[in-house]
Amino acid sequence: MTADRSAAAIAAIRINGVDCPVPADPRMSLLDLLRETLHLHGTKKGCNQGACGACTVLVDGERIVSCLSLAVQHAGRSVTTIEGLADQHGLHPLQQAFIEHDGFQCGYCTPGQICSAVGMAAELKRGVPSHVTQDLASDHVAFSPDEVRERMSGNLCRCGAHNGIIDAISETYAEAAE
Amino acid sequence: MSIAEEAKLAVRGAIQGVMEKAIELAPDSWMPGGKPDSLIATKHGSIGASVPRIDSPLKVQGKAPFAAEFELPGMVYAALMFSTVAKGRIATLDTAQAEAAPGVVLVMTHRNAPRMESMPVFLSAEKAGGGDNLPIMQDDRIHWNGQPIAVVLAETQEQADYAVALIRASYEQDAATTSFATAKRKGTEPGLFMGQPLKTEKGSADAAFKASAAKVEATYTTPRHNHNAIEPHAATVAWDGDRLIVHDASQAVAHTAWSLGKIFGISEQQVHVTSPFVGGGFGGKCLWQHQVLGAAAAKLAGRPVRIALSREGVYRLIGGRTLTEQRLAIGADQDGRFNAIIHSGTVATTRQNGMPEPFILPTMSSYGSPNIKLDVEVVYLDMLANTFMRAPGESVGTFALESAIDELAVSLGIDPVELRILNQPSEDPLKGTPFSSRHITEAWRAGAEKFGWSKRSAPGTVRDGEWQIGIGCATATYPYHRMPGGAARITLTRDGYARVEIAAHEMGMGTATAHTQVVADRLGLSRDQVTFAYGDSLMPGVVLAGGSQQTASIGASVIAAHHVLIKELLKLAGNDSPLAGLGTDEVGTLNGGLAKLDDPSRHESYVSILTRSGRDHVAVEGSASAPLETMHWSMHSFGALFCEIGVNSVTGETRVRRFLGSYDCGRILNPKTAASQFRGGIIMGLGLALMEETQFDDRNGRVMNPSLAEYHVPVHLDVPPIDVIWTDIPDPRAPMGARGIGEIGITGVGAAVANAVFNATGKRVRDLPLTLDKLM
Ligand code: FES
Ligand code: FES
Repeated sequence: MTADRSAAAIAAIRINGVDCPVPADPRMSLLDLLRETLHLHGTKKGCNQGACGACTVLVDGERIVSCLSLAVQHAGRSVTTIEGLADQHGLHPLQQAFIEHDGFQCGYCTPGQICSAVGMAAELKRGVPSHVTQDLASDHVAFSPDEVRERMSGNLCRCGAHNGIIDAISETYAEAAE
Repeated sequence: MSIAEEAKLAVRGAIQGVMEKAIELAPDSWMPGGKPDSLIATKHGSIGASVPRIDSPLKVQGKAPFAAEFELPGMVYAALMFSTVAKGRIATLDTAQAEAAPGVVLVMTHRNAPRMESMPVFLSAEKAGGGDNLPIMQDDRIHWNGQPIAVVLAETQEQADYAVALIRASYEQDAATTSFATAKRKGTEPGLFMGQPLKTEKGSADAAFKASAAKVEATYTTPRHNHNAIEPHAATVAWDGDRLIVHDASQAVAHTAWSLGKIFGISEQQVHVTSPFVGGGFGGKCLWQHQVLGAAAAKLAGRPVRIALSREGVYRLIGGRTLTEQRLAIGADQDGRFNAIIHSGTVATTRQNGMPEPFILPTMSSYGSPNIKLDVEVVYLDMLANTFMRAPGESVGTFALESAIDELAVSLGIDPVELRILNQPSEDPLKGTPFSSRHITEAWRAGAEKFGWSKRSAPGTVRDGEWQIGIGCATATYPYHRMPGGAARITLTRDGYARVEIAAHEMGMGTATAHTQVVADRLGLSRDQVTFAYGDSLMPGVVLAGGSQQTASIGASVIAAHHVLIKELLKLAGNDSPLAGLGTDEVGTLNGGLAKLDDPSRHESYVSILTRSGRDHVAVEGSASAPLETMHWSMHSFGALFCEIGVNSVTGETRVRRFLGSYDCGRILNPKTAASQFRGGIIMGLGLALMEETQFDDRNGRVMNPSLAEYHVPVHLDVPPIDVIWTDIPDPRAPMGARGIGEIGITGVGAAVANAVFNATGKRVRDLPLTLDKLM
């Protein structure tokens, strides 16, 4: 047990391609590690209780709410935050689509919406069914506005940018899915 | 109220009455807007273009800095402990264990907090911004369930949160009034808003109602609501000697700076409030106790403090919209023409603020009637101070008014759209002043056409599987406001660039984008030559981001500064300029310079004027005229709302299938951001209609659902595609021809949905939200 713990303590979390030490305080959430220790403020805190999705990041490509997971759980894993989505060629296509479709107002839920949508698109591609999927037996899930709306419902937006968000996601991923 | 106080109010009322009459009767040309803003006539400028938000690259990359993201050297984190009783005093408060916990810097309670004044409560003075006027940690008294009783500062948030859990408190409770029903039984009092009773009567409404051929009368109720901006309230606070620096999430930077100055006994110039980005406000992001506690704790610790409220903290500390119980009675003749409208009822409020939810506001201007009676009564509860939330008054008042009109339409067998058009007034129904611009009938016609209103069927007759389908409509309405105090600075540099500074706010409305467009047109520049700076109390102007007035206030402030700029530039241009000899009234700004209005060939560029005069810049400031136009004309925006819903016949669940809003709000400055604002308001309205309620425990005054898991807001699956159209007819009396659009979106939506539910099911629900238990 003691040995395990010290092994974890020296293990690193890979964040946007950079190795970061696991924090000493085991109570620290992944969200607080990002925001307070690493100064990556792009990931937002809206509730700290898993209810709003503002803190969504990608861990090994899967979306999670970073407020509900402890940083120490992520040793040896790879985390992508909103800061890690754009590359040297510029904005991620989804970021660009959010601008074109006005998928935000205040912008506070936006990083979570975008990271969540990237993870969601991968889930759709893998054929993971949702509450609104009609044919649960098929391993192909058709892209539809309802699938997107259902799957994005964990990301709250109080400004009411919902239509723009769904349009931006649909434009970016609909064709790829067909 | 004492007799002396009543007399004082009466005198104040009489003086105001005389002033108002004089302004109403004065010639148009004396008024701001008497000569329409010259930008209204400009056709091919930047105004009206669908420009993407100028801050969008920052926002999609998570690079826009919010209040809890400022980092200051030596900063510590705050956590709060909240009282668990509604009234009484703290009997014991044991902080020893918390003080000894790892990382804790100090625990602040009423025993060691610095001496401070109470917050100047909002509207009690020009720049007063406080949500309540209670002593803040100055004594052991408890005034509401959830009041902060201790602040822990620690090196990390985790340490501060843990230490709060170690504090032990006990209370001596006093009898508290926390039940609306009990308070009402003891009697109501007239609601006062800025010292004036929310009560008015024209004709004799009760008698006219009784004598009417057609009548509807019912009681409508709406619950408490919370703003629930996704960014929780936060401030990063530091003292630099006797200067206070607050990085805030604020829709009132100037108000906050002045009020904090009063509280800490320093001048407003010693307080610097910044707020570059706000993660949603909706009326909730003004001055509340957390900024004060953060500043007090920072003073005590001698270190900067980050005070970021938990989501629960937002519910405990920041007031929301209060509940309303409204009686709406309409009397009409057989053709549907209104004879009497009575809108009265009771709301809950507190002694420590001044905000009786003014639900009668929509009834003051929406329809004509020879007899109108309006009255807001209040009861005072021992609870967290309630406050402004998006369209205070109209958002819930339209639920009663527009539901009742639907009920009248049903009982008379008249199309509810036609009934509304029939009862349009030709002048302000109460004041008799002319409308500055009112094109609601056009909005109704265009909306009905686009929505397909004519296909409406009789109640309870359309089904789609297990869904009962219905459509409904309602009027949206919100006034044009412009508050006093607007001012702006324009700095023009020799390279031909302009910077406008004003202490305004960007909470997602698109302020910076729209005003970059406006300033570009006003100065004859391209958008990339214009910088619009805002969100800083050191900038000119007292510009509340509230009452949908920011656009008008900024517009009028820039008009004033622009006027001064022309004067300055003409002086600098001197006698060697093609403009020589011209007066300020003969000159305008055009193509990056000044030009004679009726002969644009007499033109000199800013670059040339500044270069010739050897100046590298010119900076001017202007103060907006007093907003007399709002008294001289009746200035209101309107909208025609249509929605289609389905009610599940098995579960009673209501789902909105489509929605259309057709608005008349003057000129639209940026269709892209405007459409988003309308939609955002409508979606908050869908929440009000279907799911939103701050649950309040009547027994002890505690909010029972202080989390986003238990207070439901619309999520993606709840939001259908929303169509938004507008008349785009400029209001000749408003700067740029534009009336504000931030709040009208939420108005009328509750009734549109309820009316559609009636059309689907034949059931009339008069109690919001329309949850499934009411439709089973
Ligand atoms: S902050 Fe993590 S879900 Fe709200
Ligand atoms: S853009 Fe403000 S919460 Fe979504």
